[in-house]
Amino acid sequence: MKACGIVHKYGDNVDTDVIIPARYLNSSDPAELAKSCMEDIDPEFVKRVKPGDIMVANKNFGCGSSREHAPIAIKAAGISCVIAETFARIFYRNAINIGLPIIECREAAEAIAAGDEVEIDFDSGMIYDKTKGLEFKGQAFPPFMQEIIKAEGLVNYINSKKN
Amino acid sequence: MGMTMTQKILAAHAGLEYVEAGQLIEADLDMVLGNDVTTPVAIHEMEKFNTKEVFDKDKIAMVLDHFTPNKDIKSAEHCKCVREYAGEHNITNFFDVGEMGIEHALLPERGLVVAGDVCIGADSHTCTYGALGAFSTGVGSTDMAAGMATGKAWFKVPSAIRFELTGKPAKWVSGKDVILHIIGLIGVDGALYKSMEFVGDGIANLSMDDRFTMANMAIEAGAKNGIFPVDDLTTAYMKEHSKKAYTVYTADDDAQYDETYTIDLSTLKPTVAFPHLPENTHPIDEVGDIAIDQVVIGSCTNGRIEDLRIAAEILKGRRVKKGLRVIVIPATQAIYLQAMEEGLLKIFVEAGAIVSTPTCGPCLGGHMGILAAGERAVATTNRNFVGRMGHVDSEIYLASPAVAAASAVTGKISCPCELE
Repeated sequence: MKACGIVHKYGDNVDTDVIIPARYLNSSDPAELAKSCMEDIDPEFVKRVKPGDIMVANKNFGCGSSREHAPIAIKAAGISCVIAETFARIFYRNAINIGLPIIECREAAEAIAAGDEVEIDFDSGMIYDKTKGLEFKGQAFPPFMQEIIKAEGLVNYINSKKN
Repeated sequence: MGMTMTQKILAAHAGLEYVEAGQLIEADLDMVLGNDVTTPVAIHEMEKFNTKEVFDKDKIAMVLDHFTPNKDIKSAEHCKCVREYAGEHNITNFFDVGEMGIEHALLPERGLVVAGDVCIGADSHTCTYGALGAFSTGVGSTDMAAGMATGKAWFKVPSAIRFELTGKPAKWVSGKDVILHIIGLIGVDGALYKSMEFVGDGIANLSMDDRFTMANMAIEAGAKNGIFPVDDLTTAYMKEHSKKAYTVYTADDDAQYDETYTIDLSTLKPTVAFPHLPENTHPIDEVGDIAIDQVVIGSCTNGRIEDLRIAAEILKGRRVKKGLRVIVIPATQAIYLQAMEEGLLKIFVEAGAIVSTPTCGPCLGGHMGILAAGERAVATTNRNFVGRMGHVDSEIYLASPAVAAASAVTGKISCPCELE
């Protein structure tokens, strides 16, 4: 499995309140949530984003509220993968559980710039910055989490275990 | 090598003699919690499970607290969805308007979580129950659904940071100031993926409400959970509020910690976190002149009876500064009633504050006190992120109920000692 797209770059401590502000949490429809994704720190994001694009941020991405609406909004906006130096733990769980690919890689998070074209190979964990001609090795998931990702989320994983 | 308090609770719930940091386990759950924002998403996920029934109708709690009383039609539809699901599945602990309170004040008050429990909640501040000596942590809606369906959750066993608390806090210094100080010390990701284990003889000088406030904000340092040892105060609280059997776990003497911080509570001052991160802390005497437009006293962090008592003590016989809006939100119906019986609500109203029904409301910019562009609030809540309480150009300063009440009188961020 691979992802390839143009990078939208953010800094440290991007919290779930700015990913999807609480004023939109009276909806749980992914398409509707996607319309307001990143609105409070990057109002142009939803106009700029194209299907398959990649989000890159520094440390503690997705901190704060446990709202699963945050990874849902990012995924529904068309983002194919989020790369960060570190993820806040609830966001990390939620992304895996809903099938939004994420990768931790400090070197990639530091070097990749907004607008770069980046390709990610999920099987090898390799990240290629095609614009800069750089490559990075991302942190691989433990086998248990890879099984959840392969099943496309926690619910399918649990269903398959019980059958 | 010994285990931390958190590791012992997780081992017992995974049916294992021993666990170590980094190990992946599946643990049995004693309580699965959701609110009106996160539960509708979990209910939608439940429909995809092969099994449609919940694992135990007594071990699930659903609390309609965020956008209630329903702030708009969409919120009303969400609450209706949860209400109907709770009815169909005979969920014992479903709390609607009239019975509900802010979830993390309500569950301990109703005795639904006790020492030794493992609890997950689709709300990041679920870590509050660590004050009771339970392992409790925030998750998302899919984890909530999986917990509802199977009674289990997977966890990576966390390592821990130990906070050795000594001494007695000075007057006007509360649990809120202690936890803000700690977040300022280690940063908003200082305890990422880890447990924050509070120990030391200073804990005897912290009330249960102080401990709830501190465990509540463990998430603001990125922690998986925050946890306190069980002492006489904890057991007295549980006996008063719960009929559930509890189990006391203590950390092994040779438990491993990534780091240990020693904090002398007597040296701490009232502490304020500046926009836009809880780690931007300043002791009150270094705050300077910051004029404010609104004060919020409430939330799962600081809407308990002691919080209201200290705010009332400061506001009694004084007036809210002209031009300032002061919103007081008792966290549960029981706290509301107690505050009424103690005359606290009268003090608030006479001072020029308003008293709201229990709701998360303004804390997350939901309703009941949204900020306009350029406005500043002092809030006893837990997050001061960009746009958290309203407009992206508004500002939130996090503080204790004592500082919030004193600021309500002066119109700028103030120490209660200035009024003495």
